[in-house]
Amino acid sequence: MTDTLTPVLTAHWDQPDSFTLDGYKRGGGWQALPKALAMDPDDLITALKNANLRGRGGAGFPTGVKWSFLPQGDGKPHYLVVNADESEPGTCKDIPLMMADPQVLVEGVAITAYAIRAKHAFIYVRGEVLHVVRRLRHAVEEAYAAGYLGENILGKGFDLDVIVHAGAGAYICGEESALLTSLEGFRGLPRLRPPFPAVAGLYACPTVINNVESIASVPSIVANGADWFAGLGTEKSKGYGIFSLSGHVTTPGQYEAPLGITLRELLDLAGGVRAGHQLKFWTPGGSSTPLLTDQHLDVPLDFESVAAAGSMLGTRALQIFDETTCVVRAVLRWTEFYEHESCGKCTPCREGTFWMVKVLERLEGGHGTEEDLEKLLDICDNILGRAFCALGDGAVSPIISGIQYFRDEFMQHQKEGGCPFDPAASTLFGGR
Amino acid sequence: MPFSDEALARLDADANQIIAKYPRPRSALLPLLHLVQSEEGYVSADGIAYCAARFGLAEAEVTAVVSFYTMYKRRPVGEYNVGVCTNTLCAIMGGDQIFAELREHLGVGNDETTPDGKVLLEHVECNAACDYAPVVMVNWEFFDNQTPDSARQLVDDLRAGNPVRPTRGPARLCTWREASRILAGFNDDQATDGPSAGPASLVGLELAKEHGWRAPEPAGSPSAKESS
Repeated sequence: MTDTLTPVLTAHWDQPDSFTLDGYKRGGGWQALPKALAMDPDDLITALKNANLRGRGGAGFPTGVKWSFLPQGDGKPHYLVVNADESEPGTCKDIPLMMADPQVLVEGVAITAYAIRAKHAFIYVRGEVLHVVRRLRHAVEEAYAAGYLGENILGKGFDLDVIVHAGAGAYICGEESALLTSLEGFRGLPRLRPPFPAVAGLYACPTVINNVESIASVPSIVANGADWFAGLGTEKSKGYGIFSLSGHVTTPGQYEAPLGITLRELLDLAGGVRAGHQLKFWTPGGSSTPLLTDQHLDVPLDFESVAAAGSMLGTRALQIFDETTCVVRAVLRWTEFYEHESCGKCTPCREGTFWMVKVLERLEGGHGTEEDLEKLLDICDNILGRAFCALGDGAVSPIISGIQYFRDEFMQHQKEGGCPFDPAASTLFGGR
Repeated sequence: MPFSDEALARLDADANQIIAKYPRPRSALLPLLHLVQSEEGYVSADGIAYCAARFGLAEAEVTAVVSFYTMYKRRPVGEYNVGVCTNTLCAIMGGDQIFAELREHLGVGNDETTPDGKVLLEHVECNAACDYAPVVMVNWEFFDNQTPDSARQLVDDLRAGNPVRPTRGPARLCTWREASRILAGFNDDQATDGPSAGPASLVGLELAKEHGWRAPEPAGSPSAKESS
């Protein structure tokens, strides 16, 4: 029987020097790299496939399979890019990980680069987290000084340079192809696929791009074995992950558990919804994953079960909202975010998000009609699956699910000529 | 104003270092824009011209990049840029009220600077600290779990020149220009300052320790044999 919580990535965050090389080594760090360098790179890729680690950035694509897509012996340079542009609303796991334990990410980078035969790796971190940028760069410097990065690493003839690259504020750059465009020094616009990054990524060369938590999971998989990792979690969603609880919950924070834990179990650990209040709606994995309600407390938080419940596991960003929260206000604010962050490349997303904000503003102000709801759903239908990248798909999630579960509340605004909720009641400080 | 010879020499030396890190030079454009921002506090027409010349690009091409990213400012800003998260979760937890009260308290609108040039107020999108909501960023350092009162005290201290300390960050709060230089690629000496993690980041770990919960030992490890 596996324990309820299984700290692996978070296991050493309470040490005052967990972010230093010494602190990391004291917790068993930098023991996976020598093991990896003694293996054939192809065997490492196979080990990751056997572990069945699925991408922790939201999409859940098997990491080892992604690595295996890179053509070998093609004569082109290969690149590893870590997507550290954590910006999905509600998502707050990679930033504390890189602040507390950047070394585990750097060790994961070294192992992954060796496996995919890359000599250059980039950590593309969002720029709006200054101290995390410092910590990452410091970790890379310490790793160079200790001989874990640079030339002829551990005397094994493997060379690797790691560059910490700070972004400049654009949610779309969390989309992998837009991130690569940005890393090449352009506006961060997504690219058409195929070709996929594995074939034509950074500088049109074979590139692996993985989320921070995915790469940070690699050292423990290499050190403890694929079977160990695959022994945790559910049948198709293996391993552990960080679950981030925020909002109207007694003890918000980071809870690392095997995939498949439920919100009911997590809320029990977190002391429940804040005192005197009830759960109204929540996101399982950030604002781009359709809202769920108190009907879904027992849905196992794994890729398959959350999909079967009509949403997506996403980034395990569990934003909890109680009955004081106006769903129209919440949905409008998210839609304003998508409108602001739409890169403008494709018409459905650029125009659609603009008009959805207009209609939602009217609804929130109490001037909306039933026809407006139909119009909103019609616009959603014209974005979903028709936008150039996943930003558009994400933008319609809160709207479709919000109307699905709370249609009456949208119309209540019209009946009462405005928002029936007191925003002060939702705040942490009760309006003061 | 065009850069002085002294400023140009400084920029050239730094830019050379940045560009040398990348396999292809243009990848250094975003860091270089952070660099020119650190020189002037914003990305001016001269900053754009400098970057264009470094990469052999048209100024319009560089401007197109600058205008895409929200962290590049196109006009002089405050010594301290105060960003209140008003994305849904923080907004509902109190970010909207904090932002409204700061506007009134400072007498400025969104993206405007106080007359003393000390504080720019803006609303920002989700900054990946939702478990510390409502969140305020100052020069991209975290000020967690804010209230209207604490936020007002914060901006008053910034304007008065009193020392303020980020919740999860270094002892000394950088100025806007210093912060831009770090983003360009040059760390200050504060990386090891501040906590490993804030309280909310540790709640799961502490609970696990309390209950003796942990990840299973790998097969064949000494402690796994002990327990079997």
